[in-house]
Amino acid sequence: MAKIETVDANLYYGDFHALKNISMKMEENTVTALIGPSGCGKSTYLRLFNRMNDLIDSTQISGQILVDSEDIYSKNINVDELRMKVGMVFQKPNPFPKSIFENVAYGLRVNGEKNKTYITDKVYESLRQAALWDEVSDKMNKSAFELSGGQQQRLCIARALAISPSVILMDEPASALDPISTAKIEELIHELKKQYTIVIVTHNMQQASRVSDFTGFFYLGELVEHGATAKIFTQPNNKQTENYITGRFG
Amino acid sequence: MTLERRKELERSKKRSEKIAFGTFRAMSLLVVGILFVILGFIIIKGISVISWDFITKMPEDGMTKGGIYPAIIGTFCLIGGSMIFSFPIGVLSGIYINEYASNGLVVRFIRLMTNNLAGIPSIVFGLFGMSLFVNTLGFGDSIIAGSLTLGLMTLPIVIRTTEEALKSVDNSFRQGSYALGATKLQTIRRVTLPIAYPNIITGLILSIGRVSGETAPILFTVAAYFLPKLPHSIFDQVMALPYHLYVLATSGTNIEESRPMAYGTALVLIMIVLFLNLIANALRKYFSKKVKMN
Repeated sequence: MAKIETVDANLYYGDFHALKNISMKMEENTVTALIGPSGCGKSTYLRLFNRMNDLIDSTQISGQILVDSEDIYSKNINVDELRMKVGMVFQKPNPFPKSIFENVAYGLRVNGEKNKTYITDKVYESLRQAALWDEVSDKMNKSAFELSGGQQQRLCIARALAISPSVILMDEPASALDPISTAKIEELIHELKKQYTIVIVTHNMQQASRVSDFTGFFYLGELVEHGATAKIFTQPNNKQTENYITGRFG
Repeated sequence: MTLERRKELERSKKRSEKIAFGTFRAMSLLVVGILFVILGFIIIKGISVISWDFITKMPEDGMTKGGIYPAIIGTFCLIGGSMIFSFPIGVLSGIYINEYASNGLVVRFIRLMTNNLAGIPSIVFGLFGMSLFVNTLGFGDSIIAGSLTLGLMTLPIVIRTTEEALKSVDNSFRQGSYALGATKLQTIRRVTLPIAYPNIITGLILSIGRVSGETAPILFTVAAYFLPKLPHSIFDQVMALPYHLYVLATSGTNIEESRPMAYGTALVLIMIVLFLNLIANALRKYFSKKVKMN
């Protein structure tokens, strides 16, 4: 059973047809990379899974989008609960102007968790999982803004982990980071896929080939090719995919 | 292009740069200069009457002697009263306009109306306040009628301030909060508002500065010509600094003799506004720091 599945997913921004009949399956505990030139719809596709597109006016969606075999756009879905199950890390690190501790505790607090011991344990555990604990253990009450960009991004990952999601969406999580921080994030993705299903949007071909098990290539709102990363990067079926991967366009 | 020609162009570029920069600087210095002249003028003319008695005593001898204590207290009553009305209503509707309402006809209409409200001359507010609060609602000339009128007048400033402050909060904070399963209200309360606080508070205090100096809206609704006692309830009249200043300068019992008192009153009024601005700055710094720490 696929963890995430879309069947003929279409999305319109007003008149603009941004996603065209996308059907795709993602298995549990795998990393799927979504690649393609800017404006191809890969980020829009990613944002279907936690209904972030809802925040944009005049979007229209059709087709089936399933997480754990449940149609997440059906009427009886609670969007807040969905977002607890499907966490997200954004392109630009966006920690809240709060302390490091409170940043990670935020998701627990807004979802009604009051037990202090539980919150503290969960915050520490999440920071360890995000490989940030050693760097921040002595400054829990310092502002998150005092961290470097790479640390802030790992804090955002810890923040997403704290509410125990089963899926993590990453929208170009390393594009604003230096190579060393990027390497740390990629290492982290390797670690995290043991427990989570990860979907990552990236512009960086090497990154896609390094971190993902499966890759989907998007172009002009269509899913051109989808398959095992090793296959896509060595013998793509489609000429466009090959051209993009080899840097001949995009 | 020859070297000679290039040098010449370079020189002409530098010349326009210098002229433009010089003009900008001269204009801003002029502004500062005007401010200093006004302040200096008021201070020189008014400082002689400033004393402890001046700010703590009732006016005496047809307002040519004594102090302006009741007018100071009256002004603070009006500031407080108008805050109670305009802050909650203004801040909440600012939040609604920026965070809740989608950018449709309704919001554009509300925005148009608030802008129009801001454009209404203050004397018209005074007239309206008299007709509604003083007469129709039967409050009489009173603190409550004056506060409501002033509150109504500052409402657009408060709404605008709140709106602008919220607008300047980066959307990535809101998205980050939603992505963690927070509701809209939680996002506003825990993320958006705390980030916007410093700017909202500064705007609010600046609007108070405006309230403390307004004469027209209180003319028909609360201000007393001469009332050497303190108010006992919100239905009492009070003296107020701007109106007292007007009285001393134009329609006192002995204008020549009360002139220094008029300058003294102006000085006290300016000091109050200046003091409020300083508080605004301090609070803004305090909250900016606090936002980062929590």
